[in-house]
Amino acid sequence: MRLRPFETVLWLSAAAVVGFLLLPVVAIFTRVPLGELFSQLSNDVVRDALRVTLRTNLVAFAFIVVLGTPAAYLLATRSFRGRALVLTLIELPLVLPPAVAGIGLLAAFGRAGLLGHELSVLGVTVSFTQTAVVLAVAFVAGPFYVRPAIAAFESVDPTLLGAARTLGAGPGRTFFRVALPLASGGLGAGAALSFARGLGEFGATIMFAGSLQGVTQTLSLAIYREFDLDFDSALAISALLVLVSGALLLSAKLVSGWRSTYTSLIPFGRSISTSS
Amino acid sequence: MALDVHIAHSLRAFDLDVELSVREQTLALVGPSGAGKTSVLRAVAGLLRPQRGRVALGEDVWLDTSARIDVPPERRRVGVVFQEYALFPHLSVRRNVAFGGNANVDALLERFRITALADARPAELSGGERQRVAVARALARDPAVLLLDEPLSALDAFTRGHVRAELRQLLRGLGLPTLVVTHDFEDAAALADVVGVLVEGRILQLGSPADLVAAPADAFVASFTGANLLHGVAGPGPAGLTAVALDAGFTAYTADAGSGAVAVAVYPWEVAIARETPDDSAVNHVRAPISSLVSLGNRVRVRVGPITAEVTAQSSERLRLTEGDVVVASFKATGTRLLPAP
Repeated sequence: MRLRPFETVLWLSAAAVVGFLLLPVVAIFTRVPLGELFSQLSNDVVRDALRVTLRTNLVAFAFIVVLGTPAAYLLATRSFRGRALVLTLIELPLVLPPAVAGIGLLAAFGRAGLLGHELSVLGVTVSFTQTAVVLAVAFVAGPFYVRPAIAAFESVDPTLLGAARTLGAGPGRTFFRVALPLASGGLGAGAALSFARGLGEFGATIMFAGSLQGVTQTLSLAIYREFDLDFDSALAISALLVLVSGALLLSAKLVSGWRSTYTSLIPFGRSISTSS
Repeated sequence: MALDVHIAHSLRAFDLDVELSVREQTLALVGPSGAGKTSVLRAVAGLLRPQRGRVALGEDVWLDTSARIDVPPERRRVGVVFQEYALFPHLSVRRNVAFGGNANVDALLERFRITALADARPAELSGGERQRVAVARALARDPAVLLLDEPLSALDAFTRGHVRAELRQLLRGLGLPTLVVTHDFEDAAALADVVGVLVEGRILQLGSPADLVAAPADAFVASFTGANLLHGVAGPGPAGLTAVALDAGFTAYTADAGSGAVAVAVYPWEVAIARETPDDSAVNHVRAPISSLVSLGNRVRVRVGPITAEVTAQSSERLRLTEGDVVVASFKATGTRLLPAP
């Protein structure tokens, strides 16, 4: 079959896009044989960075999920004046340049910042501590969870929530037994993406928390430091992050895929209109 | 115990204003979609707070906007069968029925013949099975009031017939104040003791199904209960009858009095079909080709010009009716109702 010119353009564009996006990732692995990955990862800088990254990200992630889930449920199920504005403001960190996020966090929580005085009275210093890393990660990665979480709760048929209420379940039990399980696919996918985004956080962290080995130096920051000193080590950390991020992306796809086959098992379109 | 409902609430296109009292009987609210029927059910269940209203079961007040009483849905003793059933898709049949707690779930599963399906998810069930699960779930909390929103509309025509008969028997047996919402007059007539026709937020007529058919309050109720409506202008006719010059181009005679713009209502079973104009007491004859023939079990609906007649399958066969045949549709002057034009 001969391809027409337009078809050819489409295929060439697609090949260029995919090739360009994959090339850097492939390059990392051609430079670091998988066998040497682990020996490169055993030096102190990498081990400290791994420890800092896991600790700060797990804390930030816990905050995102514990506060973000009820917030998303509220925003998905209530209508109030200014809701659209709130939804847009939540998305702002998604489009904000990371350097701006870093400056903003310093202006809010830094020694001379908005809350700086209150924090120093309490004897708390935030900037350039591990707390700062947690805040930077939560700020940048939070919307990656909250946005899909709102969508996931919005896709739960409100009639099912009403049905739970008429069956004697209060609002809390309705949330835990109906809304949460039905939204779990979307929540899981959002959580995986948010976690991946947090692991890679760089810009806001370096401005707000600095890059102190063993304290605030995460894996991304360690790559930046190592690439002057030991390029192979930087490559090895990069390879590790590629593997972790890839695994998170895959699990997000699997979880949301599982959810969509689950809902498509319902043969009738579910009625959403309840106004008549 | 009686369920007393008064609800006033503005909806998008009109204001809902409904007052009902349901004793231990079934009341069906019928009307076109978007008439506010479901809003009434939601307000009784506590899922919608009307701007003004009162809902009480005997002495037990669930809602009284003037006294700032609004009992949340989980503390009202209602069982609701939702439109398309709203079964929890992530729970098995057993856990759906057990969701309300404290009932003898096994006995309910047995009673509604869903024991064998106890571990199935709702997505694996047929329409009729889902309907039984939904009813079992609604009864599991031992409700004092039962609300059913279009309980038959999600079913195919075949299932619908026997589910309707089953549901009718169940509702009779329960003896609870029951509100059913449906857009189908036949379903309402089969299930309910009292039918209220709800249009644009108001009840046009409330009565037994037989009352509505015998004396429809207006043209809308007549057409809703299945009557042919022939529009025209009425004036005095021979022998004390009223003559109506129909928009369809012929004149119909009715025993009802009236003048001006009117609608003549004729039920399909009042219309007889013949090959030639019969020499009988009927004064209204319409000669026209058959435009459609629809078989409904042992009956056949025959469309002749502007009129639908219902005849037995037997007489349709005897007359060898086929589409396009020119026949005569006849009905008596006393078989018509004269109604003001809408």
